[in-house]
Amino acid sequence: MSEDYKDMWKSLGLNLEAHDMLLKALGKGYQDIYMTQQNRPAGMGYFDFVMSEVHGLRIKELIDEKRAGRKVIGSFCVFVPEEIVLAADAVLVGLCTGADFAMEDVEKLLPRNTCSLIKSAFGFKLGKVCPYLESADMIVGENTCDGKKKSYETLNDLVSNLYVMDIPQMKSIKGRDLLKAEYMRFKNAVEELTGITINSARLKKGIEIVNNKRKAIHKLSILRKAEPVPLSGLDALLINQVFFYDEPIRFTESVNKVCDELEMRIRKEEGVLPKGASRILISGCPMALPNWKLPWLIETSGAVIVGEESCVGERGIKNLTDNSGNTVEELMEAIIDRYFKVNCAIFTPNQDRLKDIEEMVKTCQADGVIHYGLQFCQPYLMESISVEKALEAKNIPTLRIETDYSMEDVEQLRTRVEAFIELIK
Amino acid sequence: MKYAGIDIGSRSIEIVVLRNGNIVHSAKTDTTFDLLAQCKLLMKGIEAAKIVATGYGRKLFTDESGINHVEAITEIQAYALGARRIYPDVRTVLDIGGQDTKVISLNSNGKVVKFEMNDRCAAGTGKFIEFMAAALQVPIESFGAFALKADKKIHINSMCTVFAESEATSLMARGEKPANIAIGLHQAIVDRTFSMLSRVDGKTPVLFAGGVAHNPCVKSLLEEKLRDTIIIPDNPDMVGALGAALYSAGR
Ligand code: SF4
Ligand code: SF4
Repeated sequence: MSEDYKDMWKSLGLNLEAHDMLLKALGKGYQDIYMTQQNRPAGMGYFDFVMSEVHGLRIKELIDEKRAGRKVIGSFCVFVPEEIVLAADAVLVGLCTGADFAMEDVEKLLPRNTCSLIKSAFGFKLGKVCPYLESADMIVGENTCDGKKKSYETLNDLVSNLYVMDIPQMKSIKGRDLLKAEYMRFKNAVEELTGITINSARLKKGIEIVNNKRKAIHKLSILRKAEPVPLSGLDALLINQVFFYDEPIRFTESVNKVCDELEMRIRKEEGVLPKGASRILISGCPMALPNWKLPWLIETSGAVIVGEESCVGERGIKNLTDNSGNTVEELMEAIIDRYFKVNCAIFTPNQDRLKDIEEMVKTCQADGVIHYGLQFCQPYLMESISVEKALEAKNIPTLRIETDYSMEDVEQLRTRVEAFIELIK
Repeated sequence: MKYAGIDIGSRSIEIVVLRNGNIVHSAKTDTTFDLLAQCKLLMKGIEAAKIVATGYGRKLFTDESGINHVEAITEIQAYALGARRIYPDVRTVLDIGGQDTKVISLNSNGKVVKFEMNDRCAAGTGKFIEFMAAALQVPIESFGAFALKADKKIHINSMCTVFAESEATSLMARGEKPANIAIGLHQAIVDRTFSMLSRVDGKTPVLFAGGVAHNPCVKSLLEEKLRDTIIIPDNPDMVGALGAALYSAGR
């Protein structure tokens, strides 16, 4: 298979040898973690296929779209509004930041105590192994945490098409004004890139496509809460990860198909694990593709993940964008309202995130919360302590995990995770 | 009917066998590089209805020992069970072993409510003490007693094994008494442990297990800091294996 794509990869300027290594590791990880799962819904076959072609067919599609005149925009954060991108007939792709690559080169540019996510973004660039990054016409950085904000200054030397968006740090009126100004500026930039003027009909259509994608995930999130749990947390995470890469309409259809199957499973009381398995809610830093380490540990220790309060998960897809406006201005306001509700830890104060977690514990009927913090991620590690305290005050067992992408601490983590599962039983 | 518990740590392996709730056998050996062979050696001649494994080698043991009736539990659960058998009112279990430190908080019914473990670095574990004893050229067994001879407590800033060693060496070069440095190093590990204890909101009585519980200086500094006495069982190394054996026997 990979033979067919070699020329394509070469034309994108990838380092074929390094890229081959990455694909092999990815394939093996997927095989070991995903294909060894029991009782998967048949509809996951689509996502297995997407994963096997994540650097193949999907890239070919993107290149075909580019030939047809569409632009590709890459992003690192759920604050980049896909509605606006789609309204200009462009494609938004999330950029992989879920694996270590070319670490020696990365550490020449970034301090060692930078989070894995940021290092990964640089590793994929320096190693020339990400076809998404290389096919992007515009890469959007955002001033969220200090790590990202400052690292974009360095990334700017490595790429020619970086666009940096400012993001407020407070949910105040001024904060909203800033987001509005930045989304307007982004809209202009996208229009300039694509040569398309965004009108209300276009914006409405963009909103509809993204909303449908979110609605499908909302449905999935409700269904997977059944007992016994009909879908593994790993598979749910995969779907949430593919959310950022796949063609949105096809993705929505495929998720809805899985949902139909889950409904049948629920009727037949068919679960991935027998009834009574411990139910875990994950909360914290986003788990970008192919970061499956912690969910894999949890689900091979006899528990099942019923939700993830994360940007690759509930935090990223939570609210719909109101589509009732008639003018570009009204629709833009609706977009701003929708994104301003994202409770990322870069905001201060950020009590609403805690409310979200507590609500999810209830609706998911979780027995406990595992807070996932990437090492050196100040915003989430800082919050992890107050989150833990608040949850424990409500008698919700909580385990704080701090880790990175390397596998060296797997056994230690496994002990903690297993002990936590023993504790909540 | 006999029930066995085996605690497979990175440095040593312990086994405890129970019959009618009483310990009828216990033994200990080094882990070495061939963990499974060492386990087999310890298991020789032991006929147990069920074996429960704990410790970092528990998975390997359950998967590859070829024994059928084995189960695995974590060290957290094993230590909690073992400690409660030794001292039924215990509310906090502290275990400082060769490579990790754990603190377990129990409610009044003996259920684990919270636990903390050191992260991947060796700071605050038995390994730290081992390194420091070597740096000061004192045998590890008498390092605690040696530190208790101090006439002054030197403050050591670093908790990192590498940095603390160079700090100790430069203090020696400046002519500081080795015992005074030794007590400073002990204080550093105790401070670290104490912060873990506060994180789980550790209540007294505290039971101290693991190899480092043999060290009298750690015990006395910890008691000073806790303003309370701590309980050290007769065989602090066997608590995990005892807990596993109790679990095996169905408590
Ligand atoms: S956690 Fe914050 S910075 Fe990261 S993707 Fe989510 S919103 Fe963006
Ligand atoms: S994980 Fe934390 S430090 Fe890393 S990019 Fe996200 S918010 Fe920033």
